[in-house]
Amino acid sequence: MLPPLEEVKPSLEQLLPGVSVTVEGTALLVAPKDLTVVCRTLKETERFSLDYLANLTAVDYPADPAAPPVAGSAEGVTGGAGRIEVVYHLYSMTKKHGPVTLKVKLPRANPVVASVTPIWRGAEFQEREAYDLFGVTFERHPDLRRILMWDGFEGYPMRKDYVVEDQDVLEDRPR
Amino acid sequence: MDQGLQSELQKQGVFVTTWDRLVNWGRSNSIWPLQFGLACCAIEMIATAASRYDIARFGSEIFRASPRQADLMIVAGTVTKKMAPQVVRLYNQMAEPKYVISMGACATSGGPFHKGYNVLKGIDRFIPVDVYIPGCPPTPEALLEGLTKLQQKIKGQSFTRAMDEKKGEYPIPAFGTSGLAPRYNPEVWQPPEHPFGSPALQPPTEPGHPPKVGGRGNPVAEGGGTTAP
Repeated sequence: MLPPLEEVKPSLEQLLPGVSVTVEGTALLVAPKDLTVVCRTLKETERFSLDYLANLTAVDYPADPAAPPVAGSAEGVTGGAGRIEVVYHLYSMTKKHGPVTLKVKLPRANPVVASVTPIWRGAEFQEREAYDLFGVTFERHPDLRRILMWDGFEGYPMRKDYVVEDQDVLEDRPR
Repeated sequence: MDQGLQSELQKQGVFVTTWDRLVNWGRSNSIWPLQFGLACCAIEMIATAASRYDIARFGSEIFRASPRQADLMIVAGTVTKKMAPQVVRLYNQMAEPKYVISMGACATSGGPFHKGYNVLKGIDRFIPVDVYIPGCPPTPEALLEGLTKLQQKIKGQSFTRAMDEKKGEYPIPAFGTSGLAPRYNPEVWQPPEHPFGSPALQPPTEPGHPPKVGGRGNPVAEGGGTTAP
């Protein structure tokens, strides 16, 4: 059995001096710079053996959720420029436990995070999908290009502020 | 010809008909569909072709794998924008006179994906549709009903007129920066009037999302110049 996250956190921090993780709900929040070393530790430490990446996706949290900007403080009210969270779900096939949820918070303006494809090969297409639909750039990804939309498509359609081109028929037109 | 005389002649073994009626009797009972499916509607189409519903009773059991041998395209399922050029190309390659059945909500209007970015909002934006079948998905009975409606339509038109209709190729849309280009073929489809009397439909301002793909995955910083002091 996997220990609860409250125990995973100190044992991780003990294994990796200088790395700090936070428990956020049912997820472990990892700083973007520590992601590679945390993932590699979770996979290769015998106690965790999280050898299977079941899911990798991104979530968009825009800066200003439908609220009018507050005068004088357009930034900082709702967390500045918004963020994109990349979410990882890890399982262990050998230990038969999981999932462990990892989250990385990235700035929405320039979301860049290290690729985990060198650690879990199955991350390749899922990272391409997150790049295609959310615009997250995965550094050191072997083949980072669009996977669902065609080359030459512009924008990231799963972001909240994406305007669909043909919202024209019997619908509200975009503001 | 007088009905009484016709039936009198039939009793003597003489049948009188018109060329159109004879040809239409034949071709309306041998509509060969193109064998392709796009989504779950295709499962219902397969069920229609199988023994329980048996589309062979209506002469349409020969699903052809080549568009050159088919005269009916059953657009069975969600037409994504990525798939739409291929569907139009297949339609262009079919033998004339050719017919299209739009099967289900997705092929007709986009269905539950109508507000999405990736689904074509009706195949009738690019090719002329003869019969629309509602449903999500339509039952096999509904597909058979649509087929008989198409048969009635074929029986009601002159063969030479049918050949002249729908001639030529329909333009195949290309992949644009925010969807298909052009978004629809104005010769076969026009945006409808707004039902509440709003001003005429305009293309949305600046489709797409501000941060463009700059080279290989370097999104340009968004919101440039929007944060006024």
